[in-house]
Amino acid sequence: MARSALRIVVVYPDLLGTYGDGGNGVILASRARRRGFEVDLVEAASDRPLPRADLYTLGGGEDAPQVQAAERLGAEGVLAAAVAEGAAVLAVCAGYQILGKSFPTAEGTASPGLGLFEVATEKGTGARAVGEIVVEAAVPTVGLLTGFENHGGVSVRGPSAGALGTLRRGSGNGDGTDGVWSGRLVGTYLHGPVLARNPALADVLLSWATGRDDLAPLDDRREEALRAERLEAALSSPLSMLRRRR
Amino acid sequence: MRLRTRLGAGVAGALNGVSRRLGLGRGTVLGGRAGMAIAPGALAELAAGRLVALVSGTNGKTTTTALLAAALEVGGRRVVTNSTGSNMPAGHFAALAQGAGGTPVVLEVDEGYLPGSVETLEPKVVVLLNLSRDQLDRSNEVRMVAGRWRRALAGSRATVVANADDPLVVYGAELAGSLLWVAGGARWRADAAGCPACGGRIEYSVDSWSCRCGFTRPRPEVSAVEEAGTTTAVFADGRRLPVTLAIPGAFNRRNALMAMAAAGALGVPAEVALAAMGRIEGVAGRFSLRRVQGVLTRVLLAKNPAGWEELLDVVAPGTGPVVVAINARIADGRDPSWLWDVPFERLAGRPVVATGERSADVSVRLHYAGVEHQRVGDPAQAVVLAGRLGAAGADGEAVEFIGNYTAFHDLLRVGA
Ligand SMILES: [Zn+2]
Repeated sequence: MARSALRIVVVYPDLLGTYGDGGNGVILASRARRRGFEVDLVEAASDRPLPRADLYTLGGGEDAPQVQAAERLGAEGVLAAAVAEGAAVLAVCAGYQILGKSFPTAEGTASPGLGLFEVATEKGTGARAVGEIVVEAAVPTVGLLTGFENHGGVSVRGPSAGALGTLRRGSGNGDGTDGVWSGRLVGTYLHGPVLARNPALADVLLSWATGRDDLAPLDDRREEALRAERLEAALSSPLSMLRRRR
Repeated sequence: MRLRTRLGAGVAGALNGVSRRLGLGRGTVLGGRAGMAIAPGALAELAAGRLVALVSGTNGKTTTTALLAAALEVGGRRVVTNSTGSNMPAGHFAALAQGAGGTPVVLEVDEGYLPGSVETLEPKVVVLLNLSRDQLDRSNEVRMVAGRWRRALAGSRATVVANADDPLVVYGAELAGSLLWVAGGARWRADAAGCPACGGRIEYSVDSWSCRCGFTRPRPEVSAVEEAGTTTAVFADGRRLPVTLAIPGAFNRRNALMAMAAAGALGVPAEVALAAMGRIEGVAGRFSLRRVQGVLTRVLLAKNPAGWEELLDVVAPGTGPVVVAINARIADGRDPSWLWDVPFERLAGRPVVATGERSADVSVRLHYAGVEHQRVGDPAQAVVLAGRLGAAGADGEAVEFIGNYTAFHDLLRVGA
């Protein structure tokens, strides 16, 4: 790292902060600090230049602000440049869609994304996907991911875009998978925030951002209790049985 | 009144009584639904020729409705209201079915139902408090709600009493034919960073806001000025009146200012309205002091980040014990991710207990906010534990119990 402190940037909370995903930045910073890292956590509002960072998080937002965020990030180029230099990214819901090639506006027309993922999101034809979601993650050591999804998009992956995981419950990308995992980038539909319920994913992101794979274990009793409760609620309900059979 | 409407109203009243007696709830929705089924179109007929005032917004609807009703009840006039918070058409029907034909009606209206209610009930006054994120799993994004308000109010003959400090409310209200702007405050700004008119960025100063496109804060007729825990109503002509309430919180005093302006539009002088509102001691259990298994408890309701932000102003200066109770039933919204938008850091150093059906979510949130706490699933037991933790440090302060919608109502049932 060129900087002495680990810099974590929450991208545009004023545009992409509608669904509580700002918590992901707080969680990453806390988990890094407890391992002895000096952390610079920045909530980067959209009226200032986006700072360079080791780790970026993007969250969910409303339709019009999502378009603005994509335009700004595209024009500025900082996020794409940081990714090219190895920065890690966690992008949730609207943020995930922005990292793809295109996403739908409120009117249903395609708006350009950053193209960091080979994914095109379209307006779904069915009801909005709202509810608990469980994903069996492809990323090693992560296991099952639990979250809450709330979106109307269907994300179509190209051949180079591996899914973040396969669905055990919920809608995700709309094809039995959720999200994208590519290098040090993770895109997903999981709110909750996702890192509150899945500390293992937080630690994978921190490993990528710090280059350290020997992060000391933390006292995660509260997180594990929440995680167990949510997985139990999601996987034992009759709805999830129906979905699995389909 | 048509026979079908009268029949529907009678059935509604009877069913509500039965529902209440059977303990099936606060008993207005069941009767209202049945009444609506019997007499479609009856809402308009029941409202016809009556003075109707509507109150909408994300937070403060129930309290403002009660305050406005109190202000209009002066001189022994009877006013009908949906005081139990049943704020959709079924609840409106149940409320309208009470009272003789000419009785004025003050109704709290769910934000999403406001356009339909404006069209059907032809209100004389519409009060618009604020708009912010709430129950995102089942309701629309706030920008969309503001757009619907805008279209509905453009064609209305109502006097719209609207909060000039909230850009989303201004966008929803500004096309109305008759407008009365009130500076009712807006502590929570996170949902209105982007301009609802052009998508640009709204610049905020201490007491105003504007966007480059020209969309800007309208000049208010009356403003809430807050100093040292007091609120003063300052009119455009310089007149000043203290806003003093029996219920706590700057947000409630700003709600009272909105209600005062609405009452003024209906002919009640500001002094008279303020005096009547100052006597209200609790609204549907909110802010009430109760005994929960012997422990003195103040019962508070906060169901979204904007509501929590305001309530923390009331609670956070203290040192006594706090219970945070969160459920995620349909009426609460099934996704409590919004807990991460609440600055719980402000509770650090106090005895705190997490409870409710989603206490595990609360516990993780408090942990990352640096708030030491205990976790107890059962709300009444959580109060007892909080009382014990508090007694160690302070002189028998009441436990502050803050619940979201169903957690709050559940506690009202166990508290006496
Ligand atoms: Zn503008």
